[in-house]
Amino acid sequence: MSCSRRDFLKQSVAGAVAAAAVPAACTVIFLEPGEAEAAVEGKKLRWTFLVDTTKCVGCGFCVDACKTENEIPYDAPVSRTWVERYVVTKDGQTHIDSPNAGRDGYTTGEIRGETIDPADIDKAFFVPKLCNQCDNPPCVQVCPVGATFQTEDGVVLVDRDWCIGCGYCVMACPYGVRFFHPITKTAEKCTFCYHRITEGLQAACVQACPFGARQMGNMEDPDDPVTKIIMTERVQVLKDEYGTKPSVFYLGLDERVR
Amino acid sequence: MSPDIVVHGAEWTVKELFVYPNEFIYWSIQIVMYPYMTGLVAGAFVLSSLYHVFGQKDLKEIAQFSLVFSLALLPVAALPLLLHLQQPTRAIEPLLTPHFTSAIAAFGIVFSTYGLIVVSEIWFVYRQYFVQQVEFLKTQPGLGNAMKRQVYRVLTMGAYDVSQPALAIDHRMAKILAAIGIPVACFLHGYAGFIFGSVKANALWMSPLMPVIFIMSAVVSGIALCMLTYIVIMESQAFLKRRRGGALQATEIRGAEKEIISKATRYLLGFLVAAISLEMLDLIFRGYTAMKSWDILRSVMYGKDFINIFVLQYTLGNLVPFLLLLLPGRTLKRTVVALILVLFGVFMMRWNVVIGGQAFSLSFSGYMHYHIPIIPHSIETFKEGLFGALTVAATPFVLFWIINKFVPSLRRDVST
Repeated sequence: MSCSRRDFLKQSVAGAVAAAAVPAACTVIFLEPGEAEAAVEGKKLRWTFLVDTTKCVGCGFCVDACKTENEIPYDAPVSRTWVERYVVTKDGQTHIDSPNAGRDGYTTGEIRGETIDPADIDKAFFVPKLCNQCDNPPCVQVCPVGATFQTEDGVVLVDRDWCIGCGYCVMACPYGVRFFHPITKTAEKCTFCYHRITEGLQAACVQACPFGARQMGNMEDPDDPVTKIIMTERVQVLKDEYGTKPSVFYLGLDERVR
Repeated sequence: MSPDIVVHGAEWTVKELFVYPNEFIYWSIQIVMYPYMTGLVAGAFVLSSLYHVFGQKDLKEIAQFSLVFSLALLPVAALPLLLHLQQPTRAIEPLLTPHFTSAIAAFGIVFSTYGLIVVSEIWFVYRQYFVQQVEFLKTQPGLGNAMKRQVYRVLTMGAYDVSQPALAIDHRMAKILAAIGIPVACFLHGYAGFIFGSVKANALWMSPLMPVIFIMSAVVSGIALCMLTYIVIMESQAFLKRRRGGALQATEIRGAEKEIISKATRYLLGFLVAAISLEMLDLIFRGYTAMKSWDILRSVMYGKDFINIFVLQYTLGNLVPFLLLLLPGRTLKRTVVALILVLFGVFMMRWNVVIGGQAFSLSFSGYMHYHIPIIPHSIETFKEGLFGALTVAATPFVLFWIINKFVPSLRRDVST
């Protein structure tokens, strides 16, 4: 059987409703994560993420939701995901900022204390960032104890009970997505909300985005709507030159994006 | 933000222009100290091997001292790593579950192999002395001497045979261990360079030359520290003996030997030239190829870190001591000044690699400035601050003082 994740969610809801009437149908919603995974895509699963930068308005709901969901101290200057603002002025300069990781939304025209006259702006846009869950992750390569690892479905995770806090993975990531958790004092990063997606839920940032700028899908499923976009449209990845093979794809990425 | 929530790195990092939110100077002063101390260990060992393996007889005295000093330096090479870890209680894990695709995973193995080589070599060199002490202290009264004798008995490990054939075996073993030790010492430090050189995310670090540059500068710093400590100890001993006056024979009032210093200086200069040549090659290559990262690297090297790199490291730490050591009419005082500058230069090189490598954002659109914590107000600001670094720098001298009580490396009556 082959069906998309979305179909599966629909079926799960239907199943839950049916469960009230037919007790035998209860098995559908009480599957273990591994079993659920197997049921979804005929055992093949490779998580992918699509960021449509043309839809992002810089509201910061995704950052807010991520911090809350993943228990990253709200006011600590670190975050699993963030939103960057790019403002290109007529003199060719690129002004970039991400105050508080973009958590509070971009509500003024002030960039690092400098107010830019809207008449001087050629173009401006927002770029959400998160862990690229690389297929060839340098962070996993350099971990001296194997505390950071790649799951079979392509997500890079950190074992907080085994991380020694050397910071090598933090230094090895070309995207700067890793940091030390202020409470656990271990390496920390975006997990695509692994605890949610393996339960059939959406990642917190995907769910929080009011504009559909963030979407997730299964690369192994050709019928998955997200996979279809990635396969049929002109998408880009960040910092291709490092050979990390990111699983996060971008639509509408400008060459000025760092 | 609640006061007990501390983001590692935020304390000493000042950001300028656009830097990714999670970017801080995560590798701070202790990671500067780590290759510096490892380099000193490796350099000290290489200096001692020049005598033991290559038979440079005029280096005999300083070679013996260097060997013992490298043992004192050895535990201190691991200390900065321990102080730097966010989870120091898990420091044993790289040995329990080594993940061999990581350069750091090999640390425990290389480090302990090297430690075993140094300890075994010292044992073979000093075994005869241990046996002599056990015999000698038998006749000495007092509890202190009795206890000391027990220590020496343990140190002999039951091997009391001091016949000529047995001593010849000792000598051969020391030579073999010294010979094995050279590549291991180079590996120990070369791989410290590999830890940095293999980080493809870091534009400044990523270079296949990094391990070789690290080895060369390691030998430079190791020789310089051994020479400096040797001169200081020998001269202060001579000074004290002279002050007491008359009680000692004139032959015993000897300071540092001129020939030893000259010979060691020649090796020092050779390695210094190699180190600088490689660094220059690296710099020229980066400028010539001018990859994407060159703009920001150039602004850091020729702008923000100009004083650190070109004034403090290359001029004050390399060029000035090079001239001081090379120009004719060298005196002991001038040598001491030059050696201090060489040590400072190598320290600045480590600083400019570790801190300089984090002086710019991975976005290539901003900078980070490191403000080393001076007055500690928490464990973290002590560990990764000035006093943490000074603790690391002082420990080998304390250890040497203790080790030297049992393994006298500076006495001429101890034959090898």
